[in-house]
Amino acid sequence: MELAFPVIGWRVITPMLLVTGTGFACLLLDLLPPKERKGHVAAVGLLGLALAGLATGLLWGQRETAFREMVALDEFALFFNLLFCVATGLVLLLSHGYIRRQGIEQGEYYILVLFAALGMMLMAAGTDLLIIFLGLELMSLSLYVLAGFFRTRPASNESAMKYFLLGAFATGFFLYGIALIYGATGTTSLPRLAEALARAELGRDPLLFAGLGLLLVGFGFKISSVPFHMWAPDVYEGAPTAITALIATGSKAAAFAALLRVLLGPMRGLQPDWLVLVWILAALTMTLGNVVAIAQSNLKRMLAYSSIAHVGYMLIGVVVGTQLGAAAVLYYLAAYTFMTAGAFGVILLLERRGAEAVQLGDYAGLAARHPLLALLLALFLLSLIGFPPTAGFVGKFYLFSAAIEAGYVGLAILAVLNAVIASYYYLRLIVYMYMREPEGEPVVAALTPAAGLGLAVAVWGTLHLGLAPGPLIGLAQGAVGPFLP
Amino acid sequence: MVPVGYYTTLSAVLFTIGVVGVLVRRNPLVIFMSIELMLNAANLAFVAFGREAGQLDGQVIVFFVMTVAAAEVAVGLAIIVAIFRARQRINVDDLNLMRW
Amino acid sequence: MQYVPILMVFAFAAAVAGLMLLVPRLLGPRRPSPVKLEAFECGKPPLALPEGRFAVKFSVTAIMFIIFDIELMFVFPWVVVYGEFVRAGLGPFAFFAMLFYLAVLMLGLLYDWRKGGLEWE
Repeated sequence: MELAFPVIGWRVITPMLLVTGTGFACLLLDLLPPKERKGHVAAVGLLGLALAGLATGLLWGQRETAFREMVALDEFALFFNLLFCVATGLVLLLSHGYIRRQGIEQGEYYILVLFAALGMMLMAAGTDLLIIFLGLELMSLSLYVLAGFFRTRPASNESAMKYFLLGAFATGFFLYGIALIYGATGTTSLPRLAEALARAELGRDPLLFAGLGLLLVGFGFKISSVPFHMWAPDVYEGAPTAITALIATGSKAAAFAALLRVLLGPMRGLQPDWLVLVWILAALTMTLGNVVAIAQSNLKRMLAYSSIAHVGYMLIGVVVGTQLGAAAVLYYLAAYTFMTAGAFGVILLLERRGAEAVQLGDYAGLAARHPLLALLLALFLLSLIGFPPTAGFVGKFYLFSAAIEAGYVGLAILAVLNAVIASYYYLRLIVYMYMREPEGEPVVAALTPAAGLGLAVAVWGTLHLGLAPGPLIGLAQGAVGPFLP
Repeated sequence: MVPVGYYTTLSAVLFTIGVVGVLVRRNPLVIFMSIELMLNAANLAFVAFGREAGQLDGQVIVFFVMTVAAAEVAVGLAIIVAIFRARQRINVDDLNLMRW
Repeated sequence: MQYVPILMVFAFAAAVAGLMLLVPRLLGPRRPSPVKLEAFECGKPPLALPEGRFAVKFSVTAIMFIIFDIELMFVFPWVVVYGEFVRAGLGPFAFFAMLFYLAVLMLGLLYDWRKGGLEWE
């Protein structure tokens, strides 16, 4: 055996190293007093995320792989790194006041959020199914614990349990899928997988198809597409609201990153085989999500079904599979991150009788009591509908026009119909806020400077991406360059 | 030498037993054990395929899967213990606070 | 057509699992009566689990054991190839790589200890 000093591509994993280092620093910092206040841990975490974002910006435009092509530094990974830094940063900003008010402020909370971010980054940068699996697990395990962070509340416990059992179940499928793909091709590395699949006789191996199918089941669970969505509403409802925002934005974006890299990378040659499957998933997901969302009176559940519906829209981009389609998914994920984090950010500030205000009735006449928060929530909801000039409008327009351009007119029409259905339940909430009289006990808002900053960032993103979408569209198109030139 | 097909068949059987176990059992601990069975079925498949291809990769992957499984056990047990502390009884049918 | 073999494998596996559930249902006589459904304890309804209840506090120790136990698995292959690394002149690299790995583990142990995870009472 010939042993040589291994080449360690530190540069490739700089953003991840920074987040890891921050996580460890926060672990140690958490051991030191003061015991009751942990704001400084969150501050260090934010600083680390900012540094990771900065490093991402500095590395932009470079392409490199490291660790025997297991991790890639390319625009795709960097785009998602930036997205995860923003999403996690927003969640940290929104969390601070919230978890203190709820009496669960502990250092672990921030540390787990950081490690979840690390897992997401690994998923987006991994070019080996094993690395994607490890990233997925790191993210999921952190989120399972975070979902149950209200340790004394039955709903939170239940949400953690459901998330854990169904998530671990999905992990089993995902892993067995990797095993079968490994069996069919003898490798788990995406570049070598692409080479192996290029050889025609392997392209029709039943093991490979079974593996790809199981992999899709695993991904389906993580992005909560119908019929693998049943965990989402319960988990969204029971988890701390800030974590709900992270599950809806970051974890979904990470799963989409890995899905795009696998399906449009090595599995591109098999597109005729998986196309119909994803087409059906997309159609089912958006329709069911929107229809069931109408029946919800709990805001967190409603946003859960709405997020399922948005997954359906984004799957259209995967079906289309062109550079335009994939770039539209990336753009949509960025827009969705800002508007959803913003919407949950407003919800988590509002309380009634010491409990979170999550029922539709709690929002009656909100505009009279808290005009600013009502205005912000209305803005985020309009963006979720896809109203110009918000980020949601540009995202939908871009996505649907990619579908029409590639000839998927049926899917595009279905998506537009769905967007019309969806506007009903979003507008209903706006009507409640602006046209109903407030009833019952007053709803109080606990706006802290950190949360205010978080909301400001979300508003900025929602409006900026809507008014000046050009630069981000350019970035998104560059980001899918590595596998869709 | 035992042909590799035997191993993969055994692994498929184990995997399916795991899936069926998750779907029919009601106790979270047993469901959880079924999930572990699924992961171990994957491990067996990795080792068998690695052997067939004459690579060590399959066995190395198993190391990582086992680590992940252990981490999953830790988190899962912690969640189950937290629920147990709150309710003194665990059964997935009791987890019905939230309904669609 | 190419899916047939893999479908057969899964169908076979599902059949095995299904049979395991079905056969006892079909073959075993089921004539339950209130007395039969009782747990056996000399004719008296049981008051508690016979082995007593495990205190939940031990579970933390058990969880920590699982984690650190499995992490040690990575040391074994290192031991096997360490000699070769030394012979190739890469001894220090292999040594410090493992030291770093253990240091990260120790960080976890330190955290556990300071957070009171090692205390039973």
